[in-house]
Amino acid sequence: MTQLEQRTAAETRVHQPGETTVRVGPVSGRVRWRQVTVVVGAAVAVVLLGAASLGRGDFPIGLTDVLRTLVGLGEDTQEFIVLELRAPRIVVGALVGLALGVAGALFQTFARNPLASPDVLGITQGASAGAVAAIVLGGTAGGSGLLGGLGVPLAALLGALVTGLLLLVLAWRSGIDGYRMVLVGIALWAVAAAVTDWLLTRAEIYDAATAYVWITGSLNARTWGEAVPLLVALAVLLPAALATSRALGVVQFGDDTARGLGVRLVPTQAVVVLVAVALTAAAVAAAGPIAYVALVVPQVAIRLTGGARPPLLASGLVGAALVVGADLLTRTVLPQALPVGVLTAAVGAPYLLWLLVRGRRRSTL
Amino acid sequence: MSSSTDAAPRQRPGGLGNPGGDRSAGRGGLTAQRRTRLLGLLLLLVLVGVAATLSIAVGSRSIGLGSVWQALTDPGVPTEETVIVRELRVPRTALGLMVGMALGLAGALAQGHTRNPLGDPGLLGITSGASLGVVLAIYLLGVGTPAGYVWFAFAGALLGTVLVFALGSAGRGGASPVTLALAGAALSALFYALVRAILVSDTDSLDAFRFWVVGALAGRGADVAWQVAPFIVAGLLLALVNAPALDLLGLGEDVARGLGQRVWLARAVGLAAVTLLCGAATAACGPIAFVGLVVPHVVRAFTGPSHRWLVPCSGLLGAVLLLLADVVGRVVVRPGELQVGIVLALIGAPFFIALIRRRRLAST
Repeated sequence: MTQLEQRTAAETRVHQPGETTVRVGPVSGRVRWRQVTVVVGAAVAVVLLGAASLGRGDFPIGLTDVLRTLVGLGEDTQEFIVLELRAPRIVVGALVGLALGVAGALFQTFARNPLASPDVLGITQGASAGAVAAIVLGGTAGGSGLLGGLGVPLAALLGALVTGLLLLVLAWRSGIDGYRMVLVGIALWAVAAAVTDWLLTRAEIYDAATAYVWITGSLNARTWGEAVPLLVALAVLLPAALATSRALGVVQFGDDTARGLGVRLVPTQAVVVLVAVALTAAAVAAAGPIAYVALVVPQVAIRLTGGARPPLLASGLVGAALVVGADLLTRTVLPQALPVGVLTAAVGAPYLLWLLVRGRRRSTL
Repeated sequence: MSSSTDAAPRQRPGGLGNPGGDRSAGRGGLTAQRRTRLLGLLLLLVLVGVAATLSIAVGSRSIGLGSVWQALTDPGVPTEETVIVRELRVPRTALGLMVGMALGLAGALAQGHTRNPLGDPGLLGITSGASLGVVLAIYLLGVGTPAGYVWFAFAGALLGTVLVFALGSAGRGGASPVTLALAGAALSALFYALVRAILVSDTDSLDAFRFWVVGALAGRGADVAWQVAPFIVAGLLLALVNAPALDLLGLGEDVARGLGQRVWLARAVGLAAVTLLCGAATAACGPIAFVGLVVPHVVRAFTGPSHRWLVPCSGLLGAVLLLLADVVGRVVVRPGELQVGIVLALIGAPFFIALIRRRRLAST
């Protein structure tokens, strides 16, 4: 049912208005103007929100002072606040949103299921289990052990990667079937969630509180130490994700069709899942499993661009805008600084609901 | 739309109104499929008995089978052992039986209505709504016992599903499986955001909530069992009534409408059943995620996609799974206990993965 509809949708869209065919020498492609608008709009939103965020907080700094500081002319205090406290936090937020948005779009397209996000497939939950283990076992309980000595971000990275690789290995049977991957992911999610919840019941309440803030996803006290590795990871992973985009669009029509159209299915599947896992792991190691970005954002992006599947780049940029915007809200509007993960869900979810209520019924992704 | 492919080879032509194909057996004696289903059903009934017996007989304090039997049959002078059996184990077993059955039934219905293998009741806003209800009860009213949580959790679950169904069907074209699932996911996100906002700012609430959220049968007495029993019985009846309609809905809403099915009514009954069952179960024990999700997939392996078999069998298997997991949880870390929700995930998940890998699961 869905495949047929997607196919007809794709065919009719070929001659739709709002598209321009561009030829440069031997290369030709279509420009979908609506998609371009969304990408540019989201990018502009990220920059504007980030700029606004640099000046706001407990110690407000005017726009001109922010600009002076950025070019190296500001006072020492302002330079410290803007460049050392706020800038890394905003950069981490934007990059994490970008990574989670793209990862969510990859998983949802690949599994042909709008609920298939790293949250549901257990990868962020694996990161939570790792981090909570590090906090609880290495905390005031005393028994530090291997996990405790590892540090929370590394434990989270490890948890996410192990869960992601387990997902790949356990769902693999001469290739990955999206349906099987989703079911395996749910099982891994359940195990990781059980471990996390159990550790939380065993912990001292102070450790449990710390751990709970971490698993909500927070940008507090992020430094360039988190931003730079994340930037490096994205510099490698984002081009890889975008490179799979074309093959991914074909894979959506079903494995047989994809094979018939000349997609090398098995390598494509492996690359897509690995890239999505790595993007998620990099993001959660930096800021914790910021809730529901990867689930909600691709669904918002698909409704903004009006395509047949979540657009990768647009999802990433909408994700970045969401996280940066939510972080700005936590620091300005709210009386008390909540972790950003609370706000991403509180802002993103109603928006998706509004789009659902307003939008026409879709049976595709 | 591969809903009836599994049963199709065994079905005679012209069985459109009978997607499960169970009646086609009438002429040629028992078909293989029907025999498998009956055997499966019988096996499940036996397993329920075994699991209930184990749950009454096994615990952190070892009591001989003779004493257990005496406690159940002889109304004489209460000893310590008969009190344990009568006041603790029997109510706990009854609760486990009800909750497991409710979760299994709710899972089968939810997957059928959303036509999504991930159509766990938790995704329809029930678990998140119940969590929000409990957190608010702890934070605002200082409620602190499992029996005290019941009504708040139930009210939250009710609010969650009603909102999901209202929002999911508010768009043009009404409730489709995709909009329902997405509305559920989005609303859960919103509820959990509120839950987390409270829990990160109030440590006392977190301290109480962390023990509720693991999902346990321990510490719930007969009063909790009696509180939720009417809702689970009502839900059970609605679920059994709703099951045949799901087979028609599985053919697509237009076909179902053409065959005389009142689609809106079927959806409403189904949602009501899921809410009653899963809401009551969550209210009694806390969120137990894995049962509703896994059980229908396991059951589908021998019943095929026909919901009139799938739904009742899912209920039975759910009860078996929950009782056995609870028994295991009592034994593994004696004299302490591992909560049933955790045991279920740790044992159920590897089993589930093995099952997925071994065979090609029929999709919903």
